[in-house]
Amino acid sequence: MRIVPFLISLFLTTGLIFCLNRQWDLGDNKKTPVLGSFLSPQHGFWQNAEPVGSDFNGTVHLPGLEGKGEVYFDEYLVPHVYAKSEADACYIQGYLHAKFRLWQMEFQTFAAAGRLSEVLGAGKDEVYIKYDRSMRRLGMVEAAKAELAEIEKDSVSKRDCDAYTAGVNAWIGQLKEGDLPLEYKLLNYKPEPWNNLKIALFIKDMAYELAGGDNDFEMTNAKSYFSREDMAKLYPSIQDSLDPIIPKGTKFLTPSFLPKAPAGADSLYFNNPVTITDREMGSEKSNGSNNWAVSGTKTISHAPILCNDPHLNTTMPSIWYQMQIHTPGYNVYGVSFPGAPFVIIGFNDDCAWGITNAGRDVRDYYSIRFKDETRREYWFNKEWKTAEMRVDTILIRGQQPFYDTVMTTVFGPVMFDESFTGFSDVASSRSYAVRWKAADPSNEMATFSRFQSIRSYDDYKQALLTFKCPGQNFVFADKSGVVAMRQEGEFPAKWKGQGLYVMPGEDSSYLWQRSIPREENPYMFADSANRGFVSSANQEPVDSTYPYYLGSDFPIYRGLIINRLLNNMNSITPADMMKMQTNTYDVFAEMARPLLLKYIDRGQLNDKATGYLNTVRQWNLYNNPLEEGPVIFNYWWNQLYKNILDDEFSKASVSMTRPQESTVVEALIKDSAWSFVDNVNTPQKEGLTQEVTDAFLKIIPQLRQDEQNDRITWAKNKDTWVRHLLRIPQLSREHLPIGGGARCINAAKQFHGPSWRMIVHLTNKTEAYGVYPGGQSGNPGSPYYDNFVDYWATGRYYPLWVMGPEEVKDQRVKWVMHFE
Amino acid sequence: MAKLIVSILLTALLSFVCGLFLPWWGFALAAFVVALLIPQRPLFAFFSGFIALLLLWGGLAVAIDLPNQSILSAKVAAILPLGGSTYLLIFVTGFVGALVGGGAAITGSFLRPVRSE
Repeated sequence: MRIVPFLISLFLTTGLIFCLNRQWDLGDNKKTPVLGSFLSPQHGFWQNAEPVGSDFNGTVHLPGLEGKGEVYFDEYLVPHVYAKSEADACYIQGYLHAKFRLWQMEFQTFAAAGRLSEVLGAGKDEVYIKYDRSMRRLGMVEAAKAELAEIEKDSVSKRDCDAYTAGVNAWIGQLKEGDLPLEYKLLNYKPEPWNNLKIALFIKDMAYELAGGDNDFEMTNAKSYFSREDMAKLYPSIQDSLDPIIPKGTKFLTPSFLPKAPAGADSLYFNNPVTITDREMGSEKSNGSNNWAVSGTKTISHAPILCNDPHLNTTMPSIWYQMQIHTPGYNVYGVSFPGAPFVIIGFNDDCAWGITNAGRDVRDYYSIRFKDETRREYWFNKEWKTAEMRVDTILIRGQQPFYDTVMTTVFGPVMFDESFTGFSDVASSRSYAVRWKAADPSNEMATFSRFQSIRSYDDYKQALLTFKCPGQNFVFADKSGVVAMRQEGEFPAKWKGQGLYVMPGEDSSYLWQRSIPREENPYMFADSANRGFVSSANQEPVDSTYPYYLGSDFPIYRGLIINRLLNNMNSITPADMMKMQTNTYDVFAEMARPLLLKYIDRGQLNDKATGYLNTVRQWNLYNNPLEEGPVIFNYWWNQLYKNILDDEFSKASVSMTRPQESTVVEALIKDSAWSFVDNVNTPQKEGLTQEVTDAFLKIIPQLRQDEQNDRITWAKNKDTWVRHLLRIPQLSREHLPIGGGARCINAAKQFHGPSWRMIVHLTNKTEAYGVYPGGQSGNPGSPYYDNFVDYWATGRYYPLWVMGPEEVKDQRVKWVMHFE
Repeated sequence: MAKLIVSILLTALLSFVCGLFLPWWGFALAAFVVALLIPQRPLFAFFSGFIALLLLWGGLAVAIDLPNQSILSAKVAAILPLGGSTYLLIFVTGFVGALVGGGAAITGSFLRPVRSE
């Protein structure tokens, strides 16, 4: 025995193991995985490398399953679930979601609950702590708990959620280290047990994504800076070219209740100058979607066709998981959310439905006056009222926890105060409480639970009654020929301008009063409007004759092109609808280009610039991947917009909402001498010709550079990705050859776009098509991780096969999983 | 020579079994025990542990990577960063296992009585 060499080699070897058994800091908030276990072929990432042609056959024992169930996987790994009861179906669905998508469903519910720091650490500039505090202060967890209480009051919802949770936990319970999804291994943590609260958190996360945006602070700053006259010019409540969801001229019910602005609102609210430096978390403002349905009068088969493409962040793994669920009570096909039971967008044997975001303003702020810096009491209705206090514990990986004291007022939780200014670096002692519709108790799951088995318009209408937030445009069509659209949700009945700016929070007069009665929500039938179709694309739902205030900030262009196309179409086939969903025509450019071409002074252009001008002049207005026209046009327009508005907006030291581009283009078309055209920083008076020409000359160097770097064509310039949730490029699909853009029906932007395209032809035997940017497996090591992406990018579709019970031996069934 | 080959095979086999039940570093115990039981000079013990794990981890990686058609290894090799090279990733995998295996084996060999073989 050689003691010294022994000790040396023991020390070196255990030291090596120690080094390989920890994460190393790479700076910039990046850490290595635990390299030893990560590289171990029996524990680490190699275990996630799924053999191509894997066998998914198997038998699974789920304790508590009521009957035997079968899952038939087709060649796209889409499961066709055959369950003996509705609860069993949810059980199996939970199991499948976990088997294929566990990491994302847990990660998203962590994000919703303000627990990102727990997984990712504090982040650069403590960004994850700020994110977590924002989510907690907004009341995401309380909102989810309120939702859960409603779910548990309803025996069917509770049964289904319990079964779903049991399914997820059955999968988690048998996981070994090697089976963990790759992301757990990269970040070095483990899943915790699933529960019903996480389902509720997932629903609230969707509410946050779709109804958690506002620009109250920026608008408050704007009204304090601009004159009332300028405000009307910059932020009109309705655009001239708007084509609302419910056609103009539709008669609405006489309102049962008309909210009135408080006395003194003019001086205390509308004309009260305040500037706010706190910054909200930027939620995705451009979440949009298209849906439409045409009635049999316009189709070649005389059966309705329903189409939907919800626009969300295009992520890997996808937000959607495609499936068919067959139970004694229903036979439904569509896409589900990993994290919640049921099919969310889809169709059954009788009906089809789809959704787009209503985008109504359901989040408002109130300015709170606290008595002192303890913030225990605030001034309300002429007396000091005690605020409720809670302390949130935010766990932070690798650091001590952060304790956040949050006060709650009658309006809602205090979002910003001296201790938290959001994402702003400017200190501020002011306090703002937030009133958010999603914080109210509701059970949106009950709506989807009923949707699985709806058989008629009445069922659909009934099912929508429990849906409160986020408000959506629900399109509907059935085999009896009914085609309808309803904007549904519980919306506060607001007086004109209520919640457009931060409201005074010192008495009850500015509170939301009542909700709009459900029967007064906007709706229409394709045939009663004599139009033969219904459609929505997040535009304002109604014209100015609707009796309630809706807020502003609705995009208009997708709605315009959809209605124009549908108006002119007849003998429609599903193939026509595919062409339409992937249409890249730009109505905005159609309006703005003549203006630009009219005012450019060609005398100032050299040959190169004239060449670019000719390209944009000859452009066919389609944002197709290989076109140069859209690149030049968008640069030009954006530069003109900056030329016109930067001088006014940069003079204010606080952040203000920029007007919509539709506002600016419509103003310029009407009046080339629009007051904002002149640059207020120069003594001379600039005209539109000067600004348009200057904008064009300014973009030439960038265009030349893009030409050299092969970024002058639209798809390369726009650079659409389907990006991994952790934003790891190697797990994403980059540089996709897809056209379209924000204002096109095919709304593929850089990291955002049509997250599921669906077309349902309601013939006797349903004919349906669909595609989403992703794949059925969330595992980056699986061939099914991203196999739909290329089809999606190039505008192709897969047939959606509704498997009948007689088809279990069909060639399309590749694998069978038995549940018992 | 025979001892070397037996050591390598035994270490690889026991390491594989340890991998089924123990954390990733379990194979170090296997390499250590084999070196303790089979008398070899320390340098040879090191090589048996090293080669055993190079073969085991590298071999398993290859056996997994081939049917996966390098779908995952190409991605991980780009993240780590190894320039997206599957070969390099397999080599690094084998080498890391080998280094620990060799170290554990030589440690075990030093524990044997001197020149008892």
